[in-house]
Amino acid sequence: MYGGGYIFEESKNGKSEAEDTEKLERFESKIAAGEKIEPSDWMPAEYRKQLIRMIEQHAHSEIIGALPEGTWITRAPGFRRKLALMAKVQDEVGHAQLLYSAAETLGKPREDMINDLITGKSKYSNVFNYPAVTWADTAIIAWLIDAGAIINQVANSKGSYGPYCRALERICVEESFHLKYGHDNVVFLATGTPKQREMVQEALIRWWPPIMHFFGPSDKISVHTETLMRWKVKMASNDDMRQKFLDMYVPKIWELGLTIPDPLLKKNETTGQWVYTEPDWQEFKKVINGDGPCNKERLAVRRNAEEKGEWVRRALQRKDERYTVPLA
Amino acid sequence: MSIKSIDPRITRENLSEEPDQNPIKELNHWQTYEVFHQTKKGDHHIHVGSLHAPNAEMALILAKEQYARRYECVNIWVVKSANIFSSDYDDEDIFETTPEKMYREAGGYKVMEKINKYKKERKGV
Repeated sequence: MYGGGYIFEESKNGKSEAEDTEKLERFESKIAAGEKIEPSDWMPAEYRKQLIRMIEQHAHSEIIGALPEGTWITRAPGFRRKLALMAKVQDEVGHAQLLYSAAETLGKPREDMINDLITGKSKYSNVFNYPAVTWADTAIIAWLIDAGAIINQVANSKGSYGPYCRALERICVEESFHLKYGHDNVVFLATGTPKQREMVQEALIRWWPPIMHFFGPSDKISVHTETLMRWKVKMASNDDMRQKFLDMYVPKIWELGLTIPDPLLKKNETTGQWVYTEPDWQEFKKVINGDGPCNKERLAVRRNAEEKGEWVRRALQRKDERYTVPLA
Repeated sequence: MSIKSIDPRITRENLSEEPDQNPIKELNHWQTYEVFHQTKKGDHHIHVGSLHAPNAEMALILAKEQYARRYECVNIWVVKSANIFSSDYDDEDIFETTPEKMYREAGGYKVMEKINKYKKERKGV
């Protein structure tokens, strides 16, 4: 899964710290020419800071994102579905490992990132603060949340930071399995018994608002990101990605005869843009700041795993080791 | 207050809502290793990424899980990140060279013209 709707820190147009203008110029011309930046290259402090923030949020989202689906592994309907869901959840945790490594190359040790997650200091994708109430919720998550994540990640994989792009390329290949698996699961329910159809319809109604929140606040109200876009940290605007998602997936939802809970939703054929009810950004803000249905549970579960595993990791730890930043 | 979840197994854990006051310490997630895989016998090993492990044996096990759980792979190397020496991108100019290097390529050596000329002259003798 699962990068989307990153929360960037307000910056004074990337000029928060005095930078060597000559180095900055060389750095920017490299990016403009499509070259990748590698860990040992010179980079502005602001670039480093925002990248760590973004990649770390992405990693946390993968880890936390595994939880709502993970609870359904023991109750998956049938052996094949159980195998597939286990594979998907393992992939998500694996993605987190790849992303933590990419963030580490920028100088933040893994332990610091995990501490920031479990103390509630770091953010992760807001959608995972909602519960997967039935099996059908896991189908909707696997199909539509992963679809949103792919749109975001394919864009980001063309960004400027080498280690992040390489991790994303690997991740995107696995995401395409998640998307197909999720679609298969939704189609199975939507073309099944009346009870199954009802389940998947209800799940779609529950998940539509978080899905609309997924790409983050509208460009009209979100933090200015011109510098981040010039530096190829942020690759597409939130609204553009939301439009792309609607364009690709609304027809696929409608062809199954499912109802999307937004009476205004339609495509304006002259502009090619989708019209929709503005998502409730107050609700988004409230949930991302800790007051959602599952925020406390997600962090408590993650904290518990960290605490329960601590003695095992400590037993294997060698006292004479020193930490080395991974190379790439 | 302990966590009430729709998943009864989580509720049974009696998890506290309050964040832990004892953050995990440096190196609790171990040392870093770089991973190289070989997709087919006869090919070169290629760098695919890094991971955290307490020792080389565990690094191999985790590398298999992380980098070889889906696609073809016949062999893996793991190397401690600390043991890799690399050139610096700031020194990219060490790879710069003279533009004309035909003297170290096969195509830089053409002899047929001389041989033909020699054969022709010998016939004339």
